[in-house]
Amino acid sequence: MRLEFRFDIISDYFPLFMRGTLYTLGISLSGIILGSILGLIIGFGNMSKRWYLRWPMQGYIHLFRGTPLFLQILIVHFGVVVMVIGKTDAIVAAITALALNAAAYTAEIYRAGIQSIDRGQSEAAYSLGMTKSKVMRYVVLPQAIKRMIPAFGNEFIVLIKDSSLVAVIAAPELMYWAKSANAQYTRIWEPYLAAAAIYLVLTYSLHRLLIYLERKM
Amino acid sequence: MNPIIQVKNLSKSFGANVVLQHIELEIEKQQVVVVIGPSGSGKSTLLRCLNLLEKPEQGEVWIEGRSLMDKKMKIEEIRTEVGMVFQQFNLFPHMSVIDNIMLSPMKVRKWSSSQARKKAIELLHKVGLTEKAEAYPSSLSGGQAQRVAIARALAMEPKIMLFDEPTSALDPEMVGEVLAVMKDLANEGMTMIVVTHEMGFAREVGDEIIFMEQGQIVEKSSPQQLFDNPKHERTREFLSKVL
Repeated sequence: MRLEFRFDIISDYFPLFMRGTLYTLGISLSGIILGSILGLIIGFGNMSKRWYLRWPMQGYIHLFRGTPLFLQILIVHFGVVVMVIGKTDAIVAAITALALNAAAYTAEIYRAGIQSIDRGQSEAAYSLGMTKSKVMRYVVLPQAIKRMIPAFGNEFIVLIKDSSLVAVIAAPELMYWAKSANAQYTRIWEPYLAAAAIYLVLTYSLHRLLIYLERKM
Repeated sequence: MNPIIQVKNLSKSFGANVVLQHIELEIEKQQVVVVIGPSGSGKSTLLRCLNLLEKPEQGEVWIEGRSLMDKKMKIEEIRTEVGMVFQQFNLFPHMSVIDNIMLSPMKVRKWSSSQARKKAIELLHKVGLTEKAEAYPSSLSGGQAQRVAIARALAMEPKIMLFDEPTSALDPEMVGEVLAVMKDLANEGMTMIVVTHEMGFAREVGDEIIFMEQGQIVEKSSPQQLFDNPKHERTREFLSKVL
């Protein structure tokens, strides 16, 4: 194998890579947002004193943390989405699978963050006459969220990278186009290094953003 | 006159560990009751049962004639009348001193921000910390933090104040400034229950001293009686160790 780097492949595929990057961003961001909202519900359910709320949520967390995301993507794409909307839709399946998976992880982040706040804080707030929801909103959550940021950052970075798995169901995101370039030109280095560079830019930007947020809070 | 606090046959255990046994207690308006006793005797738990931070298992508690065990009763309402000061201060670290004090009057009592601020500044003046209004709790000394915590509880204009070992976490040189604030409060006629190891304070400020051991009230009498001429052997033993 000769050592040469064919930049023409990258420039050929540049528009597709950019479009793929936008899809990667869109799918990841939707997955993060929906997953965080669902995770909030699951996390609070998991902290409930009522067993009939707690047990299903614990089951959910075990199920989605305990099975491969790759498998979840396939089941959602070929099974769940087809059952619900009657046809396959790679983007809908990609976002759904990532959100369902992220919800299990973020649920645990919420729980850990909230439970890390000293009990004296909520006791003081209760003793001042606040209701449970006010204690959460004004005293516990503002402190807990700050502690959750690094864990959320981790989860979001993992999710951006894991979104590459949806290439297998032909969702037209970055990894999908990297694979097509690889297939078309039978070249390894150019498409995959270009994709790697773009993923790095995405995750590193997110990393900087989170550091900025953490400092600001 | 009806007692402001009435406790009947109150019992509580944590698992197999019985912490309170058949407590009977009546406290009149404007009384200062000091609770002393060895650690683990149930003093703090008794205090925490009075605003339901702990749930009693058995017995009845009335605050101003309202039963805490009544299922229909909104515990938040009663808690607005009962302020509490904790050993560990428990100031909210993400808020400035003045916001700590203003939070509950605004969110619970629905006061306007200017009204709450006026009250907060008045209270900071009272505890001698006007200059710390915009400071954050992490920059305060223990004594200052505890004085802010007292101001925060007073901002709700409670009728009763509970103090759970308010000086136990303080360096010795800061105990005095906190006790001074509490003494002022007692002189103004606040109904107070104070769990403490400060025997000097108990003797000087207390109207009544309760000695607790193993979840029971062993002896309850005036400071002179209890400190100078305790009736029970157990009280005498305890006092000989701490005085």
